[in-house]
Amino acid sequence: MSDPAVRFDSATLEYHGRRIWSDMSLAFEAGSFVAILGPNGSGKTSLLRVILGLAPLRAGDVQVLGHAPRRGDPGIGYVPQHQSLDADLPLRGRDLVQLGVDGHRWGIGWPSAASRRRVDAALQAVAAEPFADAPIGRLSGGEQQRLRIAQALVGDPRLLLCDEPLASLDLRYQQGITDLIGGWQRGGERTVLFVTHDVNPVLELVDQVLFVVNGRWAMGTPDEVLTSERMTALYGSHVDVLRVHGRILVVGESSGSGFEVEEPHHLPTIPDDDRHPNRPTA
Amino acid sequence: MIDQLVHLLGYDFAQNALAAGLVVGIVCGVVSRFVVMRNMAFAVHALSELGFTGSAGAILIGASPVVGLMAGTTITALFIGALGVRVRERDSVVGIAMAFGLGLGVLFLSLYPRYATQAFSILFGSITGVSRGDVVLLVGIGVVTLIALAVMYRPLTFATVDPEVAEARGVPVRQLAIAFLLVMAAAVAEAIQVVGVLLILTLLITPGATAERLTVSPIRATVYSVVIALVAVEGGILLALATNLPVSVYVTSLSFAGYLVARWIVGPLAVGRASRRTVEGAS
Repeated sequence: MSDPAVRFDSATLEYHGRRIWSDMSLAFEAGSFVAILGPNGSGKTSLLRVILGLAPLRAGDVQVLGHAPRRGDPGIGYVPQHQSLDADLPLRGRDLVQLGVDGHRWGIGWPSAASRRRVDAALQAVAAEPFADAPIGRLSGGEQQRLRIAQALVGDPRLLLCDEPLASLDLRYQQGITDLIGGWQRGGERTVLFVTHDVNPVLELVDQVLFVVNGRWAMGTPDEVLTSERMTALYGSHVDVLRVHGRILVVGESSGSGFEVEEPHHLPTIPDDDRHPNRPTA
Repeated sequence: MIDQLVHLLGYDFAQNALAAGLVVGIVCGVVSRFVVMRNMAFAVHALSELGFTGSAGAILIGASPVVGLMAGTTITALFIGALGVRVRERDSVVGIAMAFGLGLGVLFLSLYPRYATQAFSILFGSITGVSRGDVVLLVGIGVVTLIALAVMYRPLTFATVDPEVAEARGVPVRQLAIAFLLVMAAAVAEAIQVVGVLLILTLLITPGATAERLTVSPIRATVYSVVIALVAVEGGILLALATNLPVSVYVTSLSFAGYLVARWIVGPLAVGRASRRTVEGAS
């Protein structure tokens, strides 16, 4: 069996003095698609930052692709949270992907035929050629996200980190993006860590789920982790996991209609005598 | 008019001005691209005004005003770089530094009563007054600045348009922000020689903003920005020699006219073409 793509040993992480999680030991197997779930503020993005070498652990150890995390590791591709770009930004999709090839190198970077071929191939792989020469700020969210994926994959990484790549996208765009990432992941010994607050769009792709809540976590297959018992234990308050038309809904005990899928923006620290259930969703 | 121009071009002062203008135009063209993309107009203004304080202080102690100018802009750049890391803080830090620095400038000015004419030339520019020694200094600073810009051009672009991914790819985003402030300090000191403290934005905002209206290709936009800055500076110097009006009048007019043409006539066509291509391609 090959080494895991990422392994945490007794890892403790703090963010601005606040403990996110402590003594976490787990491994993401190489070649697997892992969905990282949990409410906002539970440290999902921080986890990616540790893997990227941008944030140190407070204690414990982490190994990424067989070594300590390194900033700018060429083995890692990164798709950040979608944010809208200025409509007048003088940048084409092609330029964004080009920055993924050699943007980190010093010098002016005059365009070369070789790098242009790599950019063209990456654009083609995500079907972005029709809009690759337009100002990127005027493209739709889905089109921008395709270009982000091309930018992340153009360096031919082994590990792809995606931070809420589907947030603020229409359902039809979500499908296209998940198809792209899934197709890439199955093309070799490739690992995807996919941070999301809704597991449903990627349910068919997911091998493992890591659910992080308030310093506690659970990891396993979706069927193992996304159960009423495990979620209730994680949240520390009664939670139902419902399966409706092939979708999984995680619902807190007093969440109105029962189909409320809003996620809590801050996970409150709840005193034992005053439990106020959140309305989590996965 | 033409006769006067040809006659004056035979003099050292005119040749010095055009030589200095060449370097200043190239430096400002490149730097203004990043100033516009990074939203740093206010910082440019502060660097410029504290350059005034620096040169006023230099004159007071009998040192070279150009050296004082460089010292003023560089110290300000380091101050902003040290304290204004986050975008939200940056404008406050810039404003705080600018207010205090200008106060110092007033002090220096009042301590040195004969300063008025020199103050005028720093505030409104005096490129036709630069000496051979100043030209050498300006060219030297300009060449060093251009080398620094060439080295950091690509990662600075990455850090400017896409900071999160740039950081993840190992680009030293924070260090580049400080390095760029120092480059700005040098560019501001250079541009002040031509247009003066108060008109600085005409060379450090307008060319970059105009270029953005003409193309969506980053490298082409930088080339356009340099061309616009060069035309404004050298054209301004030549027109001033021909007519006896101050250089800054023509530099600001030329760069403003360029912007209006780009904004209303050429730009809509260029960007419209790029957008239309998308729509056709997508359908």
